Amino acid sequence: MNPIITRSLTKKFGNFIATNAITFEVLPGEIFGFLGANGAGKTTAMRMLCGLLKPSSGEAFVAGYNVYTQTEKVKKSIGYMSQRFSLYEDLTVKENIRFYGGIYGLSNQQIKDKTAQLLQKLGIEKEAGQLVGALPLGWKQKLSFSVAILHDPAIVFLDEPTGGVDPVTRRQFWDMIYEAANSGVTVFVTTHYMDEAEYCNRVSIMVDGKIEALDTPVALKSHYQADTMNDVFLQLARGK
Amino acid sequence: MANPIIVNGIYKNFGATQALQDISFEVKEAELFGLIGPDGAGKSTLFRILTTLLLADKGNATVNGLDVVKQYKAIRKIAGYMPGRFSLYQDLTVEENLHFFATIFNTTITANYDLIKDIYEQIAPFKKRLAGQLSGGMKQKLALCCALVHKPVVLFLDEPTTGVDPVSRKEFWEMLKGLKGKGIPVLVSTPYMDEAVLCDRVALIQKGALLEIDTPQNIIHRFPQRIWAVRAENMFALLLAIRAFPQTASCYAFGEYLHVTLKAGEADLASLQAYLQQQEHTEMKILPITASIEDCFMALSA
Repeated sequence: MNPIITRSLTKKFGNFIATNAITFEVLPGEIFGFLGANGAGKTTAMRMLCGLLKPSSGEAFVAGYNVYTQTEKVKKSIGYMSQRFSLYEDLTVKENIRFYGGIYGLSNQQIKDKTAQLLQKLGIEKEAGQLVGALPLGWKQKLSFSVAILHDPAIVFLDEPTGGVDPVTRRQFWDMIYEAANSGVTVFVTTHYMDEAEYCNRVSIMVDGKIEALDTPVALKSHYQADTMNDVFLQLARGK
Repeated sequence: MANPIIVNGIYKNFGATQALQDISFEVKEAELFGLIGPDGAGKSTLFRILTTLLLADKGNATVNGLDVVKQYKAIRKIAGYMPGRFSLYQDLTVEENLHFFATIFNTTITANYDLIKDIYEQIAPFKKRLAGQLSGGMKQKLALCCALVHKPVVLFLDEPTTGVDPVSRKEFWEMLKGLKGKGIPVLVSTPYMDEAVLCDRVALIQKGALLEIDTPQNIIHRFPQRIWAVRAENMFALLLAIRAFPQTASCYAFGEYLHVTLKAGEADLASLQAYLQQQEHTEMKILPITASIEDCFMALSA
């Protein structure tokens, strides 16, 4: 069963249809780019997939769990990271890891093992006792991504994870995404950087609540006779 | 007449953090000048110093010939400033916000309507809507109108396009181009490297220090190495392979290609090709390209 399946997933706020009957599936280990203009309905869709918002109609299964009835199981099977909120600045590196480990229901022993692994992998053993607020932005990004996949989720949701980050760090961050996907984690990512859309296996573009296009970057560019994903986006995203 | 913005040897520390170190540049008449750098580079700190909201530790600056310390009151009357964070009153409507900003500057919306007309017409259909309920792109347009409503002599735009989708970004830059036609010098900051080429001149900034000041074309022209775009079906495998190649100087993902520089430049190309051909990369392509501003930024900040 694919890690994300939606059928006519819809969310209405009063008369406003924020997400309008979207149907798509994300494959295991895929990097799936979820694009759209501001206000196209991406955040609403993502909140439904994370079990945070009840759909108005349609179906969705995340990691095999129903987003209407099994929201707690959905939440345990996913990781989530956004640029705006990820780590607690006034906790140390180690405390943040322990905190999120606890939230995701890991045992003390698991947290201990995972902490050691993660610190070693990121090469920040020396900084383990430092407040996260004092770390350079690039380290914070890598740490928050690592924390989001601490509990080995089937799927990780990344909501504009690289906004404002310097070009080198942005690419190091994508190296980590590639690596996670290579090891079988399904990655669902939103971004406003169209060069990053090219790094995805497949990309969907939402316009006014609907999915207007969904394919590989190569196929989308050829279909819209565009040189770059930016051109594809500009052709589609403004809607009516 | 002196240039409308002159920044001369500005330093600013916050505790042990050196936010700005020896920043100097000038913005000319009717120039669209970009300050390009990531979060934490010091862009907003510099904007706050130039708009008289923060004192520098050292150095001086003038806006339209006025000193940012001694003549701060006069600057506040003639500068338009759009801060990075959304600066409008969320619980006032579009129209009320604009009216509010006009009143603060002792003017009216109609007095300088010609300046904001093109931009305001795009949001006028929503003038009764609360600002808090506008989409990202529309908020930016309203904020720009509010920064322009008193017909400023100099315009400061701090990250107007951050977090805004590519379509709204494109529209915003078209509006800036329109303003340039009206002769207002603009200092604009952005973390999006691709926006650098839309400016007349740019300063690249990283960790509080300027890396380079010039036209985007000259900066690109000075990129010291040959650079190639490489792609294959499995990009991650290709990335790891090229990074492992001993003669690789740099290898970064750039959209559908990797951008690669080699230690001995052209002389190493044949051996890179041979090295990659031994491996099982399919649909491989290697093309010589011109560097982008982002390549330059990475090379300069390395």
